[in-house]
Amino acid sequence: MLDGLKNKLRKFLGLEAKPDAEDDEAKAKLKQEIKSEVEAQSKPAEEAKKAADAAAEEEAKKQAESSEQISKESSTQEVEKVADKPKIGYIHMSGCTGDGMSLTENYDILSTLLTDMVDIVYGTTLVDLWEMPEMDLALVEGSVCLQDEHSVKELMEVREKSGLVCAFGSCAMTGCFTRYARGGQLAQPKHESFVPISDLIKVDCAIPGCPASPEIIAKVVVALINGDMDYLQPMLDMAACNLACGCDLQTNVVSKALCTGCGTCVLACPTRALEMIEGRPSHNKNRCIKCGACTTHCPRTWFPAEQIKKDLGL
Amino acid sequence: MAFGTYKEVVSARATDKAIQKVAQDGGIVSALLCYALEENIIEGAIVAGDTEDAWKPEPTIAMTPEEIIAAAGTKYTFSPNAIRLKEAVRQYGLEKIGTVGTPCQIMGLRKMQSYPFATRFVADKLALIIGIFCMENFPRDSLKTFVEGKMNSSLENVNKMDIGKGKFWITDPEKESGLALKETHGYEQAGCNICLDYVAELADVSAGSVGSPDGWSTVFTRTDNGADIFTAAVEAGVIETKPMDDVKPGLELLEKLANGKKDKGQKEIERRVNMGLPSPF
Ligand SMILES: Cc1cc2nc3c(=O)[nH]c(=O)nc-3n(C[C@H](O)[C@H](O)[C@H](O)COP(=O)(O)OP(=O)(O)OC[C@H]3O[C@@H](n4cnc5c(N)ncnc54)[C@H](O)[C@@H]3O)c2cc1C
Ligand code: SF4
Ligand code: SF4
Ligand code: SF4
Repeated sequence: MLDGLKNKLRKFLGLEAKPDAEDDEAKAKLKQEIKSEVEAQSKPAEEAKKAADAAAEEEAKKQAESSEQISKESSTQEVEKVADKPKIGYIHMSGCTGDGMSLTENYDILSTLLTDMVDIVYGTTLVDLWEMPEMDLALVEGSVCLQDEHSVKELMEVREKSGLVCAFGSCAMTGCFTRYARGGQLAQPKHESFVPISDLIKVDCAIPGCPASPEIIAKVVVALINGDMDYLQPMLDMAACNLACGCDLQTNVVSKALCTGCGTCVLACPTRALEMIEGRPSHNKNRCIKCGACTTHCPRTWFPAEQIKKDLGL
Repeated sequence: MAFGTYKEVVSARATDKAIQKVAQDGGIVSALLCYALEENIIEGAIVAGDTEDAWKPEPTIAMTPEEIIAAAGTKYTFSPNAIRLKEAVRQYGLEKIGTVGTPCQIMGLRKMQSYPFATRFVADKLALIIGIFCMENFPRDSLKTFVEGKMNSSLENVNKMDIGKGKFWITDPEKESGLALKETHGYEQAGCNICLDYVAELADVSAGSVGSPDGWSTVFTRTDNGADIFTAAVEAGVIETKPMDDVKPGLELLEKLANGKKDKGQKEIERRVNMGLPSPF
């Protein structure tokens, strides 16, 4: 499974692909389970709750069975599953843990995700491990303080030890509100320069959002596991973005004769820095935290028509 | 394809006289939202409500059928209904929301559902998205120019605006008058010039006037969810339908207009791209 994914990524990044390893049935089944759980989650809350209740009942039934049998079964299953679960690390730079929290807010699917689909091998607040291991995917939250030697070194180490580096949330991707940092505060007045991670290392993909929503995190992880490069394409395209602001709407949309007054940018803004005036977004720069959500969400910057039709069954 | 993917297309209208009286065409949008509200398919709807300023719509969270019906009728200017969606979920606590929009508004919502980067727990709350056909939209001052500058009336006096049969029509208490559509050209917003969607191809259900007789709407059901709700509303007697083949002018005209819009939009995209300007399509 992971080999397949790596190959797709290699191919995508223009590197030579290794021959595909075959998916076995158990893994295919697992994938299906996760997929349907994600789908269930995106249905109206009632239905999702019903499904969750049913799953809980099932779980309780299982637990009522003889404990010996269970331990035997699960131990053989574990061996199979562990074999090539992607190793994911969560790296906390100058961030607020909001994106990490957001990951855990995938309540319904989190336990399946963590036990069956991926291995979280590293991460402050998540894993008790001091030495950074090799990782298939590193989710990096937060920007980097250039005056903090340890942070810079840690980021370099992340690049070295990870197959893929993902800017996880807007601070890592664009700098977000750390763009306003300018030092002069105790206890380290020299800590004044904070940059998005793509200023220092090659970044493979980015998930903007302040914080990134639980749903997009789940969708990305599932797409990664399924090797769904079509879905991930926009995130790969955004990897090198290192600057964002609400005024991008003016520069890239309104001034380019693209705005339709649809209001999606205002919907996306987490700080109410935008309002619609005469059908155009008006940007209050004193409220803007430079997260880039508005421009990312605008249907006139990029439009994933095929993906939407697929998602809707059209 | 001129109409996008759809399950069924019919000519239809609301049976409720109160809706018929105030609706733009067949009252399909209002009737479906009211039905969905009464059946608890949605708990509230975001619609283009009126304000004290004439022809200055404002996105409104309607919690009752009366409020939905009060917002009926087409306003040929911006009502960015999406801007109140987070508020509807968070402050109003709605779990199931209905809304209506032009094709471009629906594009924004659908993109947000497929890629919900910054909109936690909002994407799955949209239980019914109704699309309205759209050839173009106008800044409010464009409407002012037509009505006051070219038609000798005032926005305050106008009860209804409509585009059809080659004219921009206004109804004020004294008279009904029409302005040749070529007089309105050049006043639409520039973003419309590259638009390739006439019949709201990404909505659950889409409705418009072209193709059906006055007082009736042409309706496409698209998603499973949209088809289920529309069928249930028809079975409940809230909406009556006729086969498209039995009405005039029918699908042929609609197809002509849809393809015309797509061709024009495509040409404008090419023109812009040749100048080095961006296009999302
Ligand atoms: C800018 C614009 C251009 C249009 N162009 C065409 C066209 O070329 N051909 C065609 O067949 N039909 C067009 N329509 C659609 C048509 O005018 C009717 O809206 C549609 O037929 C629905 O009528 P109804 O009787 O079913 O809806 P009603 O029951 O009257 O309800 C209409 C609903 O639309 C909402 N609404 C009104 N104005 C707006 C707005 N600006 N933005 C978002 N929501 C709004 C109202 O709040 C209400 O909920 C256009 C509509 C608009 C807004
Ligand atoms: S305007 Fe809002 S969404 Fe856009 S960058 Fe600023 S804070 Fe983010
Ligand atoms: S999302 Fe884009 S097209 Fe829509 S109002 Fe904002 S800038 Fe305009
Ligand atoms: S023509 Fe297209 S871009 Fe313009 S308002 Fe209608 S749907 Fe939106």
